[in-house]
Amino acid sequence: MTDLISMVVAKYNYWIYITLMMIGLYAMIAKNNLVKKIVGMNIFQTAIILFYVSIGVKKGATIPILEHGHGPNAHHVVHAVDYINPLPHVLMLTAIVVGVATLGVALALAIRIYNNYNTLEEDEILAQVREK
Amino acid sequence: MKIIGLIITVVTGALLIYAAADFPAWSDPASPASTYLSPHFIEKTMEETSVPNIVTAVLADYRGFDTMFETTVIFSAGVVCFFLLRISRREEEEPETRYYRHVLTGVTIQLKEGYKMPPSADFERIDAVWTPPDLIIKTGCRILIPFVQLFALYVIAHGHHSPGGGFQGGVILGASVILLAISHDLRTAVRRMSEKLIGILCAVGVFIYAGTGALCLLLKQNFLDYSALAGVLHVDPITARSHGILIVEIGVGIAVLATMIWIYNNISSAGRYRQGL
Repeated sequence: MTDLISMVVAKYNYWIYITLMMIGLYAMIAKNNLVKKIVGMNIFQTAIILFYVSIGVKKGATIPILEHGHGPNAHHVVHAVDYINPLPHVLMLTAIVVGVATLGVALALAIRIYNNYNTLEEDEILAQVREK
Repeated sequence: MKIIGLIITVVTGALLIYAAADFPAWSDPASPASTYLSPHFIEKTMEETSVPNIVTAVLADYRGFDTMFETTVIFSAGVVCFFLLRISRREEEEPETRYYRHVLTGVTIQLKEGYKMPPSADFERIDAVWTPPDLIIKTGCRILIPFVQLFALYVIAHGHHSPGGGFQGGVILGASVILLAISHDLRTAVRRMSEKLIGILCAVGVFIYAGTGALCLLLKQNFLDYSALAGVLHVDPITARSHGILIVEIGVGIAVLATMIWIYNNISSAGRYRQGL
């Protein structure tokens, strides 16, 4: 029992990201409303962002901006242990903005579908498509 | 469908949790992600680019090619929203009666049978369902917007030394114009920033980024190797990389600013550019 608890505590970031990702995946598969599917897609993206950012964390390290980075002593020796991993932050920085852009495209598609079928419910749209 | 979805998510989640046991522990400095490439970035960024913010240096210099195509993705998202939603003036049947409001007195006049008002600063065109914006919200936003824009410029320009850069600053700039559209109405925001200007800015942002890369190519260096700009900017190659990052970030900021406004304008009015929200 104590083994299990220590395992969960040591890796709780993965548990949270998996839970969030599965909530998003379930919404994308099972929800009938298209806007709810889009919300599910966004929860999925947020889970990935959380996963990446949590990978970059180091114990006892600070944000990846070098201290005393300007002035005469700017070029001092830097140790990698003192700063967290910058790479996941770079990847997620662009992923957030691209996420907003994909959300925009998804909503635009939803508006077009609503204009054509007068509904956003998936089963009603499918019924109308089969009729034609 | 719900039961199948539930089974799929539970099975996938269980597999992922089972696999998480092999993952490195939370905040472990010796984890694989922080041992190979990232120490080089942390220790050498200052020597190689003279930019204290490692995230900015990696974003625009070491991974500049990746970021260029991220900017292109954002540009295409804006263009896609435009093509999906925008209803051209010819398709849209113009309303028979037009309404104009005198800005100073608030008197509204109605013109029938397609007559148009000659363009003047005293009158603004309004929709049939126009509601006057609330005075407190209007004044509050009018005071707020310049400071939001100033902060956005600071975020772009100071991205080398503090958290910030083109993406963040561009989004804040776009948000300030969207705030104008929400607090007043969409017509006011479009008058300030026309659709044509937004489209041009969107392309200009991507052009600045790709053009900087091509300029390095013309100066006999690799694509996006900013040290080639040293001769043009009259600085040493390391400072030139720092300046090159700033130029590229400005390009990103312009592209993101224009795309955010473009997407908002098209989605909030479903491509009609009338009342908006």
